[in-house]
Amino acid sequence: MLDELRTLLAPKLQTTRARARQKERGRGARTAILVSVGAVFWAFAFGVLHRLLAYFRGVPEIGPLLAGKLLGLILVSFFSILLLSNIIAALSSFFLARDLDLLASAPVDWLSLYSAKLLETGVNSSWMVVLMAVPMLTAYGTVYDGGGAFIGLAIAILVPFLIIPAAIGSALTLVLVNAFPARRTRDILSVIAVLAAAGIVVLFRLVRPEKLARPEGFRSLVDFIAILRTPTSPFLPSEWAGRSVMGWLTGSLDLLPIYLLWSTAAAAVVLGALLHRGLYARGFTKAQESGERWAREGWLGRFAHSALSPLGIVRRELVMKEIRVFFRDTTQWSQLILLAVLVVVYVFNIKFLPLTGEGITFFIVNLVPFLNLALAGFVLASVAARFIFPGVSLEGRTWWLLRASPLPVRELLWSKFWVGMVPLLVLALAIVGVTNSLLHVSVFMFAVSVFTITLMTFALAGLAIGFGTMFPRFETENAAQIPTSFGGLLYMMSAVGVIGAVIVLEARPVYSYVSAISFRGGEPPPTMELVLGFGLAAVVCLTATFWPIRIAIRRLEALER
Amino acid sequence: MIELRSLTKRYGSFTAVNSVDLDVPRGELFGFLGPNGAGKTTTLRMIAGILRPSSGTVRIAGVDLAKQPTEAKQKLGFIPDRPFIYEKLTGVEFLRFVAGLYGQSGEDVERRGRELLALFDLEEWRDELVESYSHGMRQKLIISSAFVHKPEVIVVDEPMVGLDPKAARTLKDLFREYTRRGNTIMMSTHTLEVAQSMCDRIAIIQRGVIRACGTMDDLRASAESGVSGLEEIFLRLTGEGLARELIEVLDA
Repeated sequence: MLDELRTLLAPKLQTTRARARQKERGRGARTAILVSVGAVFWAFAFGVLHRLLAYFRGVPEIGPLLAGKLLGLILVSFFSILLLSNIIAALSSFFLARDLDLLASAPVDWLSLYSAKLLETGVNSSWMVVLMAVPMLTAYGTVYDGGGAFIGLAIAILVPFLIIPAAIGSALTLVLVNAFPARRTRDILSVIAVLAAAGIVVLFRLVRPEKLARPEGFRSLVDFIAILRTPTSPFLPSEWAGRSVMGWLTGSLDLLPIYLLWSTAAAAVVLGALLHRGLYARGFTKAQESGERWAREGWLGRFAHSALSPLGIVRRELVMKEIRVFFRDTTQWSQLILLAVLVVVYVFNIKFLPLTGEGITFFIVNLVPFLNLALAGFVLASVAARFIFPGVSLEGRTWWLLRASPLPVRELLWSKFWVGMVPLLVLALAIVGVTNSLLHVSVFMFAVSVFTITLMTFALAGLAIGFGTMFPRFETENAAQIPTSFGGLLYMMSAVGVIGAVIVLEARPVYSYVSAISFRGGEPPPTMELVLGFGLAAVVCLTATFWPIRIAIRRLEALER
Repeated sequence: MIELRSLTKRYGSFTAVNSVDLDVPRGELFGFLGPNGAGKTTTLRMIAGILRPSSGTVRIAGVDLAKQPTEAKQKLGFIPDRPFIYEKLTGVEFLRFVAGLYGQSGEDVERRGRELLALFDLEEWRDELVESYSHGMRQKLIISSAFVHKPEVIVVDEPMVGLDPKAARTLKDLFREYTRRGNTIMMSTHTLEVAQSMCDRIAIIQRGVIRACGTMDDLRASAESGVSGLEEIFLRLTGEGLARELIEVLDA
């Protein structure tokens, strides 16, 4: 059986090895950037956590309890993420992968197939969590002097912690596929996953974990300690993992949680294998079916058709195609739910900012909306990364059609720009408008906000089209995976750079104006300073809009596939 | 209608198409044959404007593809060998979209779309998303899309792959009628009977070089004496298909 398993896994390993050895232009620079960004992320996560834990360690009695609570919160988030991503990854690897026809027709033992696919699912959905867990566990180990053996303990805990959601997630997917056809299941899963993620975000906000850091909010210290001592979820593997880690670090290691982790992992795999033996063949057959999918054009389509007519036939058809494809692809539109939650949480946080009362000056009240612009910019950049960045990659398989047609590449890219930019601008203006109203800002700040966010939206959309074309992922079938690519990372870095530049350039005139109103009795600052600051910000934004698209046009014209 | 001059395509040190010269006049159905990896698809994709030649020129209906790509492509329809199309569009929406790419819309396009879908028995599927189409149905839809904007030249890579016998017959009739009306088709195929029965002229390409080009009589002449069918000519010219290895392979 082991030989068979090795044979099944060999193509994946060989592909990974071949990809690593591939000589590609700019590969060195790409690896260097990825490694540096990874190192910065690790250093940042480690630094923040180390500082926090060092502070906790200095607090007698409740310090270790707080550290344990924090670890529990992190681990429960990891566990939810792992479960969700395993459910989705299992659908691809067990039911939709391209190698399945070959494997199904080969005399492969069911247990080998299950083991190989479980491993594939687990690795695909866990690597990111493992990368995030490394700086976290290192911070715990160093602050609490875990010693060299802590590494061994961390591995012994992490392995079953990853196996459990992989086995449970695969089993859940197996049951779902048996209940629905696979293509429908993918749609349903996408919505479930996004709703669950949204639920986690909302719950996390409603629980307001920052309350724990303010014991004065509790009736007595005893109440506070009692809350800290109560396990949040005694039946969850995250709780067992947390207890094992804190037990080792505080010198009171209890072996029961480790035993629970391993025995549950073993049980999950055995039960998952039995379920696989009973249901897989039926599920796999069902996965080959696709439901009837009719799509007749309704009044909305006809309205959009006539509303877009002034654009001309080519542009109208391109825009109509983009809209249809987007709203019929569940993996795409379902992300809108997550986006809505993100925006609501953001506005909710702004609403509860303590901006009234003693010590809160006119200056601070006006400064917050300015910083709000930077945050809104980050929200918009992540939205653009989700929806605009993958645009060109998604044309990969149909590129022959566009290339063989007389459609100029310029038209294609600008159509994609406008289709992405207009809704992004509406969102941007809505966020800024609502938050500024909640903050009761001055007319000047309102005007600055609208001006800046409009320019920023153009720049973010232009950068997304540009980077999405320069670093395409033509072979990816799932649009949701495209923003997490190397190009997506570069896009986010450049977006942060542009937002930062705009804020820095506008900071001076805004500071002068606000301080003039607050401290110099309303005398306005020199016009030259205002023009220069805002003018340069506009130049940065317009350059970030047009320049990447120009490069993208050249790249796409030279593209051969 | 199609003029290729010293058309060459190199991938690094490998030359996929080596200085090909070819003229396909108006009203001709031209067959393009060759073993796997001979350079057929690369040549057709260069004519369709998908790949850029390393050197040489392509002219479509007298228009230079490199200098006036939009004008040249306006006269061209391309049918690829692999039917990748937008999964989330319906059949009729796809046809409308393709016509739109060529700047056409309105009642004429709708009527032509309906007729083409009916011709290939796709009427009942017109409002169904492409993701539920079979391989053959997708191929039929792509073939329909190549005709929807009424091009003067059609370039086809392996048209018969995945088609049922009825659709294959329809396609042959369509191609014949289309060229009879003064349009031009250049198609690559591995089905030698199709090429022999349908094409006015045939070119055989091997390792990026045209080995022979002409009518069946011309090809017979260049393949030396004693051969009559296209299969024999093809095997003789490309030097392949010798059965010597068969027994060795089966015995191995």
